[in-house]
Amino acid sequence: MAEFRTCPDTGFKIDLAADKLIKWNAVTAVVFLLVGGLFGLMVALTRWPAVHLLPADLFYLALTAHGLDVLIVWIVFFEVALIYFCACVLLNARMVLPKVAWLGYILMLGGAAITNVAVLSGESSVMFTSYPPMMAAQEFYLGIILFAVGALLACLVFFATIITAKKERTYEGSLPLVVFGAMTATIIAVFTILSGAVILVPTWLWSLDLLANIDTLMYRVIWWGFGHSSQQINVVAQISIWYAIAAILFGAKPLSEKVSRGAFLLYILFLQLASAHHLLVDPGISSEWKIFNTSYALYLAVLASMIHGLTVPGAIEAAQRKKGFNKGLFEWLRKAPWGNPVFSGMFLSLILFGFLGGITGVMMGTEQLNIIIHNTLYVPGHFHGTVVVGTTLAFMAMSYWLVPTLWQKELVFPGLAKWQPYLFGLGMGLVSTFMMGAGTLGVPRRHWDMTFADATLGYDFPAAANLMMGLNGVAAVIGSIGAAIFILNMVGTILWGKAKVPAPAAAAEAPAAPSVTGAATSYGSAGTMEVPGTFVLALIFLTAFILYYFVNWKYLSGVWGLS
Amino acid sequence: MSIFPPTERVWWNQPIEKTEVMWVTIAFVWALVMFFMMPYWHISGEQNLSNEAYKVNPEVYGEKVEAWAEKYTIREEGDTGIPVVRPPAGGDVYMLGRTWEWWPIVELQKGQSYRFHLSSMDWMHGWSLLPENINIQVHPNYEMIFTVKPTSSGEFGVICNEFCGIGHHTMVGKIYVTDK
Amino acid sequence: MSDESRGDGSIPLMQQLLDSPILLLIIGVASPAIFYTLWGVMEIISIPLAP
Repeated sequence: MAEFRTCPDTGFKIDLAADKLIKWNAVTAVVFLLVGGLFGLMVALTRWPAVHLLPADLFYLALTAHGLDVLIVWIVFFEVALIYFCACVLLNARMVLPKVAWLGYILMLGGAAITNVAVLSGESSVMFTSYPPMMAAQEFYLGIILFAVGALLACLVFFATIITAKKERTYEGSLPLVVFGAMTATIIAVFTILSGAVILVPTWLWSLDLLANIDTLMYRVIWWGFGHSSQQINVVAQISIWYAIAAILFGAKPLSEKVSRGAFLLYILFLQLASAHHLLVDPGISSEWKIFNTSYALYLAVLASMIHGLTVPGAIEAAQRKKGFNKGLFEWLRKAPWGNPVFSGMFLSLILFGFLGGITGVMMGTEQLNIIIHNTLYVPGHFHGTVVVGTTLAFMAMSYWLVPTLWQKELVFPGLAKWQPYLFGLGMGLVSTFMMGAGTLGVPRRHWDMTFADATLGYDFPAAANLMMGLNGVAAVIGSIGAAIFILNMVGTILWGKAKVPAPAAAAEAPAAPSVTGAATSYGSAGTMEVPGTFVLALIFLTAFILYYFVNWKYLSGVWGLS
Repeated sequence: MSIFPPTERVWWNQPIEKTEVMWVTIAFVWALVMFFMMPYWHISGEQNLSNEAYKVNPEVYGEKVEAWAEKYTIREEGDTGIPVVRPPAGGDVYMLGRTWEWWPIVELQKGQSYRFHLSSMDWMHGWSLLPENINIQVHPNYEMIFTVKPTSSGEFGVICNEFCGIGHHTMVGKIYVTDK
Repeated sequence: MSDESRGDGSIPLMQQLLDSPILLLIIGVASPAIFYTLWGVMEIISIPLAP
């Protein structure tokens, strides 16, 4: 039978088996963030023309390892911790099948290790995307497959747990919105992993010489069902965290359960279609397929993101106004706890994701506009705006709450933590911006030497491109310092943090669980509370979006005719 | 609160606040605008990538490109030995990608349309025409055909922006565009 | 047994859908599998051989 402890901060009942699994997955995630982050720093320093740190072979090796370790391993381990937290802690539920969860953990860890060894041994510098016919060592594919099977087991445990919790009535009525978001992420994860299996298992067999060849176009279509959808899991996980932090810090309720859940439903239906973003300039695929899929069917998943972009700050505004921060449009925002990394990390994630990651993603996912950015540095610029300053920053913000709460320890460096989200957000936000800037000048991604020093024919990039790659290097150093402070804080807190003394003041601020009968509040939604400040912010966002979108059509209209 | 179950059993029928209704409406209209921009550009824009493509054996493609180049070569590029090929205006243009070059160099005439053929002999490559910044994914075993109409003249670089091995960064080709 | 025993009759259909994880899982996998993957694979299969 499952054993529980009660969280002194929140009053949640925590299954001890789940507690352990959440902690191990989260810690492993942070370790891989360190490893992958170091590779990333080396990549940025190599692409800084004046530094040009690594030789070509090591550069491509480091780039492959960077992609795998942060884009997949760090993120997915953290997401597993997150879905276990949502399913078990937030539902006061026992974890179903903890042994399967451990098996999943071991498979993920083993798989990650095998793939890393394959990459580090130098035989598998094929990039994260591993396009055939370029072949990696067979262990490279095997490791990813094992990792994916492990992640699939985690999804299974999640679904089994929430369904059992419903049966055993550990909660009443519908899932909490945050858990619903985690479920949305998990659903997308299932499609992601199945796509990965469909393409990587044959590719592995091909690397073992058991299959003659892999069609490159087929590979790209199905692989991106895995590669892109895996990043859609992040979007959903990060938005769930935004809702969670708004609730934890402000006691915020969703403005409307119906609208927020409806937006998640649009994700479930359409978000994964955007894997087509990668195939807009590939041969032989019809424009009908491209337009329908790249636009998530009428941009319905973008609509969903714009809804969350309003409802998350809107929920905070409503909660703050209820507390009396009612002056003018923005008192609720000015008087928010900007010194608390849980809040600042979350809010920066929201803003930076919207402006840097969101707008640019929609722009370059437009069938024709993709022609002027495909495979340039604009692409990594965009996804550092989503996965780094969006997802990773949100995960960091969540960790500042989750780690002290679960371990019941004080942060070791609270002063540094205060600054960390700004440092990381600024550094990586600039990385994203400079890469996109260089990309608009045509600077290629995955490229060791943009000066083409030892090429027969050369090409000279404008000086601005070199300047931006230098600034990108500087920004990456700033961002890396930010990441290092985070890792130091987390590892330090877990290893040497002082045990938390349950302060009465802190306990009063922590959200009190409403009794199961629901006496605390009569509405699941914030109801008819007006949120004018958020609406103004949303209109500013929309204006930037529209301008940026049409500026790029203007750029496109200036290039050579194509038909 | 978002971390607890909704306290109302039936939350679907709760009223939606008007800010949200307005925003959802605005965002949906914007979504439609963005969607219809793509078919609109197909009808009245000048930059649409054709989807014409064929499955092709790389050797067969290579022979086609060589035969074509031999027919229309006008000079060699400096002492590199790379032919510069100038096809008749309005005709076919062939280029192939292989480790690590775009071959051959072609010379086009401004304002003329050409049927451009592109494929790879080995790995996947990324055809990136600079400074125009036109980028196309090039696969082995697939021949892609699209119409190109240069609207500016001079010397243009073609670099590779899909990783294709250790010499990837040396893979550079060239296109000349003359005014007449 | 309070609310549940009355059956789901009073709960709107959309809310019932949103309260059904397995149903959502099925449509969440089916939608991209059909629109993106299957349709995409058919596109590739129908690319003709070079003349």
